[in-house]
Amino acid sequence: MTADTPALDDLERDALTELVNIGVSRAAAALRKMIGEPVVLSVPAIEMLDRAAAASLIGEREADHLVAVKQDFTGAFSGRAMLIFPQGSSLDLVRAVAGAGMSAEDAAELEEEALAETGNVILNRCIGTMANMLHRSLALSLPEVMRGDGAHLLSFESNTGDTGLVLFLYINFFVRSRNIRGYIALLLDLQSLAALKMLVREFIDSVIGDEEGGAPRAGPDDVLEAEAP
Amino acid sequence: MSTRFRAHCEGLMPVTILLVDDSKLARIVAAKAVATLQPDWVRMEASNAAEAIEATQTHKVDIALLDYNMPGRDGLALAADLRASHPHMPMAIITANVQDEVIAQARALNAAFVSKPVTQEGLRGFLSGAALRLRVPGR
Repeated sequence: MTADTPALDDLERDALTELVNIGVSRAAAALRKMIGEPVVLSVPAIEMLDRAAAASLIGEREADHLVAVKQDFTGAFSGRAMLIFPQGSSLDLVRAVAGAGMSAEDAAELEEEALAETGNVILNRCIGTMANMLHRSLALSLPEVMRGDGAHLLSFESNTGDTGLVLFLYINFFVRSRNIRGYIALLLDLQSLAALKMLVREFIDSVIGDEEGGAPRAGPDDVLEAEAP
Repeated sequence: MSTRFRAHCEGLMPVTILLVDDSKLARIVAAKAVATLQPDWVRMEASNAAEAIEATQTHKVDIALLDYNMPGRDGLALAADLRASHPHMPMAIITANVQDEVIAQARALNAAFVSKPVTQEGLRGFLSGAALRLRVPGR
């Protein structure tokens, strides 16, 4: 990270992870409605990486080709949201969304459109939730289906010639009853990070800011920290 | 009147609520809402299931608020453990993940469901219900 890059402090990182967690949890609930089966989520991970490292992070776990639905967002901060599946999960997802009676041929024909629509619902729910909690509106581009390996999916051109560092947030999900698993990933341009840091700070202040002005705290009212075992 | 009820009234045995969330910010937000709604309660915090179990073994915990999506064991697994050791303790699972299965599992453990982000309004019903249940004589 360069010296002029504003790093997130611990609480800001915590708040951003929590925002992603809430956004993705709502997205998972939307996916569950679409496919009628429970969706299991991992805990979100957040890392500052260059694009190559982000690509290999996904690439090294996935030997299979990947399919992704991507939507770029712009506004107070900008970046890309992606729903990424191994190729093998993609048709299963389409059939789960479109209904069990669909033949493999029909599913293949519908695949592109169904993926775009599914991605749109999930990514909108995730980004929309985060934008609402930060009290900013973000514009989302139309969903676009991409195919290729991790390097291809994550190597979007930067028109500012930066070092290629991104804030990479990702979360795994799977549908136990079907052969469906994948990732939701958010990539934030570093030039957006200063703006995002400010918004996250505002968000933190808005939820805890008037701590001192709250109810008077009596002796037994102190918050005790449980000790780690 | 039970001894415990009298103790509550006299302030000798304050109600203790355990807030479990891996996010420090989420714990701060929940603690703040609890402090406003129930200023006399003692608040304890834990950042994962293991710490939460430890806290319930070393302290008298009356009520628990459990985040669902945590590293290690999740809030529902933790709720199952706490339910085994504390059959009557009021508990709530906190999450934005409003999938039917998550809600059903919470109900099966006799735990309430509170949606994230936590607000005073969202927490009010659970806390007043819990306060009432703790005051029932004979417990």
